[in-house]
Amino acid sequence: MSGFSFGSQLIYVLAASCFVLGLHLMNNPATARRGNQFSTAGMVIAIATTLALIAHAGVITATGWTVMLVGALIGGGVGLYAARTVQMTAMPQLVSMFNAVGGGAAALVAIHDYIRVASAAVGPAESMTITTLLDVIIGSVTFSGSIIAAGKLQGVITSAPVTFPGARVVNLALAAVGLAAGGYVISTPSLAGLWIVVVASLVFGVLMVMPIGGADMPVVISLLNAFTGTAVAMAGFVIGNWALIIAGALVGASGGILTKLMADAMNRSITNIIVGGFGTGDAAPVALAGAGAGVNAIAADDAGIQLAYAGKVIIVPGYGLAAAQAQHEVAELADVLESHGVDVSYAIHPVAGRMPGHMNVLLAEANVPYPQLKEMDDVNPEFARTDVALVIGANDVTNPAARRPGTAISGMPILDVDQAKSIIVIKRSMGHGYAGIDNELYTNPKTSMYFADAKTALSQLTSAVKTLVG
Amino acid sequence: MSTALLTDLVIFVLSLWVGFEVISKVPATLHTPLMSAANSIHGIVLVGAMLIAATTNSWIGYVIAFLAAMFASANVVGGYVVTGRMLKMFRKRPTAPAATQAQPAAARDGQAS
Repeated sequence: MSGFSFGSQLIYVLAASCFVLGLHLMNNPATARRGNQFSTAGMVIAIATTLALIAHAGVITATGWTVMLVGALIGGGVGLYAARTVQMTAMPQLVSMFNAVGGGAAALVAIHDYIRVASAAVGPAESMTITTLLDVIIGSVTFSGSIIAAGKLQGVITSAPVTFPGARVVNLALAAVGLAAGGYVISTPSLAGLWIVVVASLVFGVLMVMPIGGADMPVVISLLNAFTGTAVAMAGFVIGNWALIIAGALVGASGGILTKLMADAMNRSITNIIVGGFGTGDAAPVALAGAGAGVNAIAADDAGIQLAYAGKVIIVPGYGLAAAQAQHEVAELADVLESHGVDVSYAIHPVAGRMPGHMNVLLAEANVPYPQLKEMDDVNPEFARTDVALVIGANDVTNPAARRPGTAISGMPILDVDQAKSIIVIKRSMGHGYAGIDNELYTNPKTSMYFADAKTALSQLTSAVKTLVG
Repeated sequence: MSTALLTDLVIFVLSLWVGFEVISKVPATLHTPLMSAANSIHGIVLVGAMLIAATTNSWIGYVIAFLAAMFASANVVGGYVVTGRMLKMFRKRPTAPAATQAQPAAARDGQAS
């Protein structure tokens, strides 16, 4: 190893340290921005070092420079535009697209390396080809799977689970073809074999995500994020670069943790997710005996009175709030209540929204200070001291049936909304949540149901409260 | 198994553990920015894309280098910008400017009544 490349490896380790430090600073909202700056600095260092290495080696052709710079400019421009203009409700799609391009780039690195080595006179060293192959497979699966996931989130592809008879057999066949071709390209350098692996992996990625229902997206995105990280780490093995290995492993760990958290919060095992049979929870809906049975309906004025004269209110926002894009309305209601001296906080279930932590970002965008956003374990003991729990578009995560065995959601961690002194639920109808079962919270005598669209209901509530306290 | 592969494997496994350790301390409030930050970090694959462009001299190599550079730089630039945009929205008080927040652990007891 020459002095120059030795030094550059050291600088790559420095860049990787910046990534670790950056992620570490994400453990508190107050330091998170500094964390992002550290991480950016690490990236700039790594890229500058690579440029210096390339210039120093001097092998690059003029076409090589052009291709690299034009590609980077176009990609960077698209990335910048997307990042600047994306709506916060569309964050999951964007993250999914970044997973796709990251995984795709990692797969391309391996494909190129394989072509280069295979066209040389000697066959590739076995150990290197295994990581190359893993990179190609994981990267390609991530690429196509993430594009499908983004399409489902955007509504371009139906968010309902798409299955066909024999899907599992097709998946197994694809896996067999991929593995056979993979085994072959390890023993004998063969470009055709490599392309078979690529195509099989791409199709597998599509088939993996298509059967998954919209409500399971938080798990899927986290899983694909872990895949991307792993693919990038494998690319690091292929080109022998520590920065890629470390960064990829960090992302793999992050995606892995989030996948586990999301799976637990949705009451699903990770094995169950990977094997399939995903998003079938709404297959057997149980009919509810009429929308009025044992339910107290309430209007804006009465709900306003309850809220205005409460000492402590906890707002429980769910996916319905995000879907109605009513985060600004809820923040306005909370402001009015707070200025009237009511203690307001938000109880956020881990799977509220469409990706991990999504609801927090939506509320932050609506100017809600983060100390008011409380995690499930912190807020649950507070419900007993709460006068009014205001549930907006959240369903299964508030259902007390989860505490009993024998229901579809048994064992799922829930928000203890039923412990509050009174409960107001804003919901369009008595329709079921994702689990397809009745919510016992709605028939609780302490609960009043306010049947309306979240956005309309919240503006009406706000004006009702304003007339009372104004 | 070569020494280089072994070294790489050790680095990979230890980094995984560092990742688990560091990331399990991130609060749920920041999970979306965390995922987006992790996204920008895996944009490091841009280094790999650049090295392709630096060593290739065949048309297929140029095509691969172009696509990889485009994908990876969209990943890097977009990831960091959107993470920064999100984190800027996390404020402690509605009116306070985002810069002056230094107390640790305030996220939990800021709302005591």
